Amino acid sequence: MSFLQWATSPWGQSVPIHVVWGLIWIAVIAGVFFIIVHSLYLIVVRPPKRFAERKAEAAAVGVPERVPRHTLAARLFHWVMAASMIALLVTAFLPKVGIRFDWVWYHWIAGLLLTASVLFHIVHATFFLDFWSIWPDKTDLIDARNRVLRFFGKDAPLPRKFAKYPLENKLYHGAVMIAGLAVIATGLFMMKRVETGILVRNPYLFSDMTWGLMYVLHGLAGVGFIALTIMHIYMGVRPEKLPITKSMIFGWMSRDFYLEEHDTGRWAVDGPPKTKQGLAASDGD
Amino acid sequence: MAVIRDVMPAFDLLQPSSAAEAQQLLEQNAAEAWVMAGGLDSFDWLKDRIKKPKVLVDLSGVDELRGIRVNEAGVEIGAMTTLTEIANHSEIKGNYGVLADAVSVVASPQIRNQGTLGGNVSQDVRCWYYRGGWPCYRAGGNVCYADTPVGRNREHAIFGANRCVAVHPSDSVPALIALDAKFVVQTAKGERVVDAEDYFVGPEDDITKINMLQPGDLLTAIRIPNNWAGAKFYFEKVRDRNVWDFPLMNVASAIKLDASGNIQRIRLAVNAVSPRPMRLKAVEDAVGGRPANAETGEMAGKMAVQGAVPLQFNGYKIPLMRNLVKRAIAQSPRQAASRLAGSTGGQEAA
Repeated sequence: MSFLQWATSPWGQSVPIHVVWGLIWIAVIAGVFFIIVHSLYLIVVRPPKRFAERKAEAAAVGVPERVPRHTLAARLFHWVMAASMIALLVTAFLPKVGIRFDWVWYHWIAGLLLTASVLFHIVHATFFLDFWSIWPDKTDLIDARNRVLRFFGKDAPLPRKFAKYPLENKLYHGAVMIAGLAVIATGLFMMKRVETGILVRNPYLFSDMTWGLMYVLHGLAGVGFIALTIMHIYMGVRPEKLPITKSMIFGWMSRDFYLEEHDTGRWAVDGPPKTKQGLAASDGD
Repeated sequence: MAVIRDVMPAFDLLQPSSAAEAQQLLEQNAAEAWVMAGGLDSFDWLKDRIKKPKVLVDLSGVDELRGIRVNEAGVEIGAMTTLTEIANHSEIKGNYGVLADAVSVVASPQIRNQGTLGGNVSQDVRCWYYRGGWPCYRAGGNVCYADTPVGRNREHAIFGANRCVAVHPSDSVPALIALDAKFVVQTAKGERVVDAEDYFVGPEDDITKINMLQPGDLLTAIRIPNNWAGAKFYFEKVRDRNVWDFPLMNVASAIKLDASGNIQRIRLAVNAVSPRPMRLKAVEDAVGGRPANAETGEMAGKMAVQGAVPLQFNGYKIPLMRNLVKRAIAQSPRQAASRLAGSTGGQEAA
């Protein structure tokens, strides 16, 4: 089965026009499948939290009761982005499953909001936060390898505690970044095809084939966001993750949770943050 | 690209003999089915091989969908009643003349003999890019070929464009809206009755559809209540060729005057200006209580075109609409007998 919808252009060229909308349901199924598999993994396997102890734990005496994790600006970015993303998903896909309403106007407005928030995030994360904290590093990869080996009963060293963000979080951020940049870049060009009052319409900006591929990329990233959003919400409401979710609301997490989950050497918090070391580039994710 | 072929694509021809059977067949075949009334719109699609349904449900054998039934509440017109029958019916001509006027200028006499009211209100848009089989928005694609700097859009929309700029082409619909008609739709869940203006769907809600019919639904009749019987009516159609053409624009009004000659109640509708027929509710409200004269018409005309957005080649539609609305109000009491013959084209009305 093809995942693309094809048509014949006025010049007789076969061009893709968008993804097959059945992919919406595949994305929903993928998201639900992730929830089921992850839940079963936690229920059946019951993975023990076994981290390597570090001498740096001794430094915990300097850790405040409330460990600052996300700045107000980062939290605002996160929720603005979340609201715009939900609006984009609702306006894009409800009409495709039979719920009819005038969606185009709301969709591009939400798209502009998402674009503005992501631009802010890029500048904020690059110049005001620890840019590299959200990118997987060598330690993450070694620990991931060790975790996999231990899962299969092999002899491997205990993984270290997490830095500010676990590897899974970093990978999720990477997926959202790729899909997000894809929908934003294609979406901005697609605004040249509809009447917005902002841009002068010019459907001849690209060839039919280029436009078609752009719509396909926009659609693929869009349906990808359905699965990504389901996974994100699921992880956000899991009991063991609630302290992280709360930190995205209130800006801090408890010292106990911090010491239990995070490596004080890789994510150093020493009282109220005096440098950008304590705040990371992915604040807001 | 549309290429006329000698033969239509193969399909299963189903010929029900009752409305219930027709609805059942439509329900069974759902999106695979194509409903054919008079066949005038259908055969264009099928012979051009643009639409390739697997099943064609031919309603020509369903007698209960034919005929005009006069009752205490008004008139019920079967969806398969021909336009000629409606144009010649004494009750329609006597009490609902705006509909008789409207259907009598649809296309040509031969087409009116074959074309049905249900088909006329449910026909698809006439945009040639869409009809030509190009992958435009309405055809499920991602572009409007008419709304470009060089697109041929003289006949297209000045209101309600939302990616698609095609207009609704029916002549009978504005008259039915003016008469406050109700459309009777048989669905799998039973009968559903909707106001005439609510039967139509704009591209903002569903760009690939023109009316609210879902797969399995069947338009069975149109009911015209008697509360507008004998009102002062006006219908005017402007077209390129008076002998046989789709409207560049048309207008219909029904007015009831009070004792002093002021407008007591009015319903006013225009078509071929928007992807769905437009009832001018704001104008109706504004002219209520005013005399039905040229001054009121002038005011109504200016108000009617507020918010119009012309395309590259259809700016003429703005003065055309302004003048048609003006005449629909100012000339309505006079019921000028020659009004239908009077319009020869957009230039004159504009």
